[in-house]
Amino acid sequence: MKLLTHNMLTSKCLKGVSVGYPLGINATEVTTSVVDFDPEFISRLIPKLEWHALKQASDIIGEKGYLPEALIADYENNEEFLKKVHHALLEIEVVSGNLVCPETGRSFPINNGIPNMLLNEDEV
Amino acid sequence: MKLKHLEYQLSSVQPFRNPKILLEQYVTPPHIAACMLHHIQSEHEDISSKIVADLGCGAGCLTIGTATLAASMVYGFEIDVDALSIFQDNIQEFELSNIEAIQCDVKKIPRRFEKMFDTVIMNPPFGTKHNAGIDLEFLKIGVNLASNAVYSLHKSSTRNYVKNMGKIWEKK
Ligand SMILES: C[S@@+](CC[C@H](N)C(=O)[O-])C[C@H]1O[C@@H](n2cnc3c(N)ncnc32)[C@H](O)[C@@H]1O
Repeated sequence: MKLLTHNMLTSKCLKGVSVGYPLGINATEVTTSVVDFDPEFISRLIPKLEWHALKQASDIIGEKGYLPEALIADYENNEEFLKKVHHALLEIEVVSGNLVCPETGRSFPINNGIPNMLLNEDEV
Repeated sequence: MKLKHLEYQLSSVQPFRNPKILLEQYVTPPHIAACMLHHIQSEHEDISSKIVADLGCGAGCLTIGTATLAASMVYGFEIDVDALSIFQDNIQEFELSNIEAIQCDVKKIPRRFEKMFDTVIMNPPFGTKHNAGIDLEFLKIGVNLASNAVYSLHKSSTRNYVKNMGKIWEKK
């Protein structure tokens, strides 16, 4: 599971949960891969992200302080910054662990790099 | 990439091991998958450098074909863990790093994903196994997830119906 995926997932489908975001991450195995860098694609993704959630996830799973507290202005023209975002979003992979609902503590297992977001019938 | 070459590549994608009839686990044959994806890229340029979702990705034939045609990122959504385990094996064989998979019910994809994808592709369950209407439900979800285009395979008997639905959505 890439951090881009973490940035999009929520537990809002659970009964009684109002926001369900961001999900906590407990990682037992993390790896990094190499993904082709496309500055235009990263620039296009950035407006869709919750920066704070990405920053937090990158601090926990990657290297603390690797991303700045706030999104910088004029990022489209800052290749160095875009490369960092690229790395954090697409190259860090959680192979196994859990995602945790911030409101109920319900945990969603990640196995083989795939988060399992399925709910039981009595949970919806 | 040439159509023939894509089809040849997709012919080495492993299919479902024990297909579950109730989930309508039939693979898209490599020839059809290759034709569909090749058309989407060569006629509409909706794959290369795009972010794409595959709804009900199964063993991954459409996802892998899309990733091979240089999508920036492809997301496979699938409910069944056994299908996903073959999916993972297939991805490892192809050594692709622009693919993500999420195990979930397509009907419960979080709303944050709406309009996240440029293109949505699918070979949905046809709704012939006590789940009438699921094909159109998938299509509707695809329309919500895509900011640009949705491509879906349907039985030819539902084609007119889909066309009509398509018109309704366009009016919105
Ligand atoms: C017709 S198969 C297509 C498989 C694959 N995309 C292909 O083209 O070879 C439909 C797939 O949708 C999955 N599926 C059925 N209902 C689903 C649901 N509610 N949510 C997610 N996946 C579902 C099935 O497990 C199956 O893998």
